[in-house]
Amino acid sequence: MIEFVYTIKDPVGIHARPAGLLSKEGKKYKSAITVEKDGTAVNVLKLMALMKLGVKCGETVTVRVEGEDEAVAGPAMEEFFKANL
Amino acid sequence: MITIQGKGVSTGISMGPLYFYRRAAAEVRFYTVEDTEAEWQRFKAAQAAAIEQLGELAEKAREEAGDDAAFLFETHQMMAEDMDYEESIEGIIKEEKLNAEIAVSRTSDQFAEMFATMDDSYMQARAADVKDVSGRIISILCGVVQGGIASDVPVLLAADDLAPSETIQLDKSKILGFVTSYGSGSSHTAILARTMGIPAIVGMGDSLKMEYEGRQVIVDGSTGVVVIDPDEETRERMLAKHEEQLAFQRMLETLKGQENVTKDGRSIRVYCNIGSPEDVHAVQLNDGGGIGLFRSEFLYLNAKTYPTEDEQFEAYKAVLAGMEGKEVIIRTCDIGADKQIDYFELPKEENPAMGMRALRIALSRPDFFRTQLRALYRASAYGKLGIMFPMVTSVWEVRETKKLIESVKAELTQEGIPFSDHVEIGIMIETPAAAVMSDRLAKEVDFFSCGTNDLTQYTLACDRQNNDLGRFYDPHHPAVLRLIKMVVENAHKNGIWVGICGELGADLEMTETFLAIGVDELSVTPRAVLPLRNAIRSCDLSEKADRLLAALESDETKHLS
Repeated sequence: MIEFVYTIKDPVGIHARPAGLLSKEGKKYKSAITVEKDGTAVNVLKLMALMKLGVKCGETVTVRVEGEDEAVAGPAMEEFFKANL
Repeated sequence: MITIQGKGVSTGISMGPLYFYRRAAAEVRFYTVEDTEAEWQRFKAAQAAAIEQLGELAEKAREEAGDDAAFLFETHQMMAEDMDYEESIEGIIKEEKLNAEIAVSRTSDQFAEMFATMDDSYMQARAADVKDVSGRIISILCGVVQGGIASDVPVLLAADDLAPSETIQLDKSKILGFVTSYGSGSSHTAILARTMGIPAIVGMGDSLKMEYEGRQVIVDGSTGVVVIDPDEETRERMLAKHEEQLAFQRMLETLKGQENVTKDGRSIRVYCNIGSPEDVHAVQLNDGGGIGLFRSEFLYLNAKTYPTEDEQFEAYKAVLAGMEGKEVIIRTCDIGADKQIDYFELPKEENPAMGMRALRIALSRPDFFRTQLRALYRASAYGKLGIMFPMVTSVWEVRETKKLIESVKAELTQEGIPFSDHVEIGIMIETPAAAVMSDRLAKEVDFFSCGTNDLTQYTLACDRQNNDLGRFYDPHHPAVLRLIKMVVENAHKNGIWVGICGELGADLEMTETFLAIGVDELSVTPRAVLPLRNAIRSCDLSEKADRLLAALESDETKHLS
């Protein structure tokens, strides 16, 4: 499992658009990818649950990537967060 | 003639017949099913059809309004096939043996409710997206066609509220403006109206009646006024105002990129006040020369506990980078008085406006203050930063603050973290004490910024939250203006500059006086930049300056101009 902690920099947080992008990105990999905030972890494929997390700018989330392609998916997700969130 | 009032969320004035949006309401029947697998497949087929329709709408939106608009429908596509959403529908069909329409309708209510109860207004508005997607699937299940505008002439479109898929399907050439019973400034109708540049008035409630359909109506998006069957005089007055607004707006546009200089050659900087990194866009759009006041409170108000150094650093850096080298003055945390935060655990005060607030809290809790100072200095490497401190009354407070800054800088140097050597340090002048001591304070800092709202409150002993004070609360009171003049004189004698960042800065009645006094910078809300630039460029003080200054010495300043 690959895990990283990330502080959201997008001024609006993970709202609909970034959540949609994140779901789309997550579909590219076989690994299960979850985002955790305050003890609640959500699979990134679950768009509405992801939006419901209500992650705001400045809040910190833990991202976990687990599965056969995690060695590729982990760094890719980290890049994705840096570029989009 | 009937006049009704709503909330204007997109400016402009339009006239035309009122037309109510026709919504082909799908009648959702309730029945139990035997073959639940077949019912589930019926849902899957409708879901696939909805996703295909949404794909077409996304393409249409991309052509009409660009990628951002298209993405909305792509998000809807993802919602339609969301796993939790699907699972809920599947459960109702297969376990409760109910029909697909009911399953979608119940699931929709449940998810919409979930968004509606979130504490963020943006997310609350997403409840409408869930209902929109679900409504589409239900319509397909029931075989209903979506509604539209069956009118040959352009109309003012009335509705309870409009869903995004409804707004995108509308024939835009037929719409002169929007009038809705519900909705807010961030609903899709408002956003679409602002993009199209047509008026929108929301929140009319019950006063928007079906019986007005087909009647001539004038709407004013700046005031939220809707007039049904306007008389000749009203019509002419409002249409004239419309022409005037258009002409003024066109003129303001031409001022972008122009200098803030009077006819007699006096120039002044016009900066912006902002409250969060998102506002940078508005500053750039309105051609603000920099940021004269970035209130850092948003970081504290939006959090459940003290924001970390990294969180603060990222927010400050985002603004500095967004302003592309233009000056950004960040005010350190101004908590207390009317802005209370639970986790600060401030003791309850009899009179918080005169209690522990702003710099007083910072100096009493140096650890919390150091975190912010470290974040600010780390961010200074990414642009042109100025830092200012709120609620100063004494010279020692400034000296103590500067000592803290020196130790923070020493720490960063030791840790090898880069920061700028050219950070300007300033203070807010918002207490009479600071104004009176400005000759001494000027020797300690690089600039002053007059916070006129508090300066007025403390000078006149008038609570700014108290609306009943009426004529006793006079923002143009000579006592306040004479203090400002004194502050400017003391600053200039010591070679430092002075700005005004309170509401008075955008008060066009005061612009000439501030220019005459020699104020160096006015910091105003972004949309006030161009009107203020216009006022500055229309001034000619060559014969007036002495008279304006003499007026400050009179009993009242009501007759200034």
